[in-house]
Amino acid sequence: MRAFISSVYLFLYAPIALVVLFSFNAGRSASEFTGFSTAWYGKALSNTFLVSALQNSLMIAFTSATLAAIFGTMAALGMERLAPRNRAIFDALFAAAIVVPGVVIGIATLVALVAVFSFVNPALTAIWPGDQPPQLGLGYGSIIAAHGLFSMALVTMIVKARIASLGRDIVEASSDLYATPLTTFRLIVLPQILPSILAGFLLAFTFSFDDFIIAFFVAGSKTTLPIYVFASIRRGVTPEINAIATLVLVASLLLILTARILMREKKTKSGE
Amino acid sequence: MTSASTNDIEFRSVVKRYGSVTAVSDINFAVPRGAFMALLGPSGCGKTTCLRMIGGFEQPSEGTVYINGEAMNGVAAYRRPVNMVFQHYALFPHLDVEQNVSYGLRQMLPRIASPEISRRAQEALEMVRLGGFGKRGIHEMSGGQQQRVALARAIVNKPKVLLLDEPLAALDKKLRTAMQIELQTLQRELGITFVLVTHDQEEALSMSDFVCVMNAGRIVQVGPPQEIYDRPASLFVADFVGKTNRITATVDTGGASILFANGARFAAPAATTPSTGAAMVALRPEAISLKRNGAAGTAALSGTVTHRIFLGSSVEYSVDVDGLGDFLVTADRRALGDSDLVEPGDKVGLAFDPNALHVFPA
Repeated sequence: MRAFISSVYLFLYAPIALVVLFSFNAGRSASEFTGFSTAWYGKALSNTFLVSALQNSLMIAFTSATLAAIFGTMAALGMERLAPRNRAIFDALFAAAIVVPGVVIGIATLVALVAVFSFVNPALTAIWPGDQPPQLGLGYGSIIAAHGLFSMALVTMIVKARIASLGRDIVEASSDLYATPLTTFRLIVLPQILPSILAGFLLAFTFSFDDFIIAFFVAGSKTTLPIYVFASIRRGVTPEINAIATLVLVASLLLILTARILMREKKTKSGE
Repeated sequence: MTSASTNDIEFRSVVKRYGSVTAVSDINFAVPRGAFMALLGPSGCGKTTCLRMIGGFEQPSEGTVYINGEAMNGVAAYRRPVNMVFQHYALFPHLDVEQNVSYGLRQMLPRIASPEISRRAQEALEMVRLGGFGKRGIHEMSGGQQQRVALARAIVNKPKVLLLDEPLAALDKKLRTAMQIELQTLQRELGITFVLVTHDQEEALSMSDFVCVMNAGRIVQVGPPQEIYDRPASLFVADFVGKTNRITATVDTGGASILFANGARFAAPAATTPSTGAAMVALRPEAISLKRNGAAGTAALSGTVTHRIFLGSSVEYSVDVDGLGDFLVTADRRALGDSDLVEPGDKVGLAFDPNALHVFPA
């Protein structure tokens, strides 16, 4: 049994460990370690295609996570006021959004966007006074929209759990002490749900930064870091790719770790 | 126009429904300025709903709640001149003790200057004997201390009315008794009207000037504690407030005498005028005195002692009364010398003044 468990973990983590190891390989080979070097990191970071893909990814991740944090929090706050039966429906919808496979979300988003464009673009042409009517198309906007929608569900689930543990009575107490609903939100609710909003933001950021499947469907001609990695792998696995993968791995782990700490801290605080 | 200016709280024909469920109906009562009123009743009787309608957390479905003579229909909680001490204190966990206490003052318009706010918060904390605790976190405070913080947070605003929702329920017995005295003292010092919700009849009787007994969404009796105890308006009140013995009986000879189920007959008490017919009679355990069989021939009922519970200052006996079943009898130890203690198994007679009987239609 112990051997079985060990082999499962070995199977899971050995490839990742190898990627990290070979990112420090001095030679070109992806199978033979010829010496320690950080040269591939330097090479990766001086590759302009790669750096611009990285910038795209960061911009998309930041924007979509910000939108997800704002709208996800609003949704969580709104759902608190719903009648229990309606709330159960929305709960189920949000949970479903999280378990739907990326491929399905990718195709569905692509189909939906194309349908919208084919309706909106002729209309824009018709009403635009100038010669060059703006045209909607796939690109940064569609990736941000797709990621934002998906990770909004994530933020909502996290923030909602925190709101549920807050209890109605501190909101009532604040109202009893002459605070208007807006003041109550600012002084009582927001400070207490802020860590969970931040945790949601970080998870949303990580999700968007790492996502290949959905982005691949709706990116159009744009390139994000995972798409760049996928494309360059066709030309063979180089230690440069390993270096990028290691950087992404470390960044993701750090973000998720921070998110976990944020979510845990509030738990010990609210637990009497 | 009724005496709106001398009543701090008034309920007129108030009804509250949740969907098809009626939580309270036809509630009418008034709390005079500066009085200590207790809303007493079993859980689910609607007392908390009434309190929440004063606080503004619930709106009545019908009728009107007046605070200081003003109708409060549609007035939000944050615009009402009342403050509440919540059952689980509802302190803000991310603020320290002083920030909790000064929260209400900071919301007041026109704005109060900062030094004035801290001075008043300090004053309120000293009033509840938490002088040096301003900078503590809420989670560093014990249950009793949190209770005081909640109290200070409410009284610092000098509200017209202070609402207390089972404020002592979470404290242990000793602390609870101490807080009862403290609350009473505080109320006299501040001159603020207090409305207390409780299911603990001892708490209601010991602290308040008026008790409003509720059952199943209705008020069953309002009056000073002693009146509630001595002249219960119904069998429910007699049962709920203090301990009582219930006796099945019949009123006959035109309301002049009472016939117990076991055949014993008594003159009807002067205070009550029950109509002829089936009745329930309530008799307080301390109104009965036990006579050793044969010691006195005046005893109207006789029975056998089944249990004796020693309570320190008094002794409680269970007596199986012939033809009537179990009776509870409380005997003050000062009234009986040690030699007078009767033992389980002893035959005893039960004597009481017929005027101590409370007769209610069955």
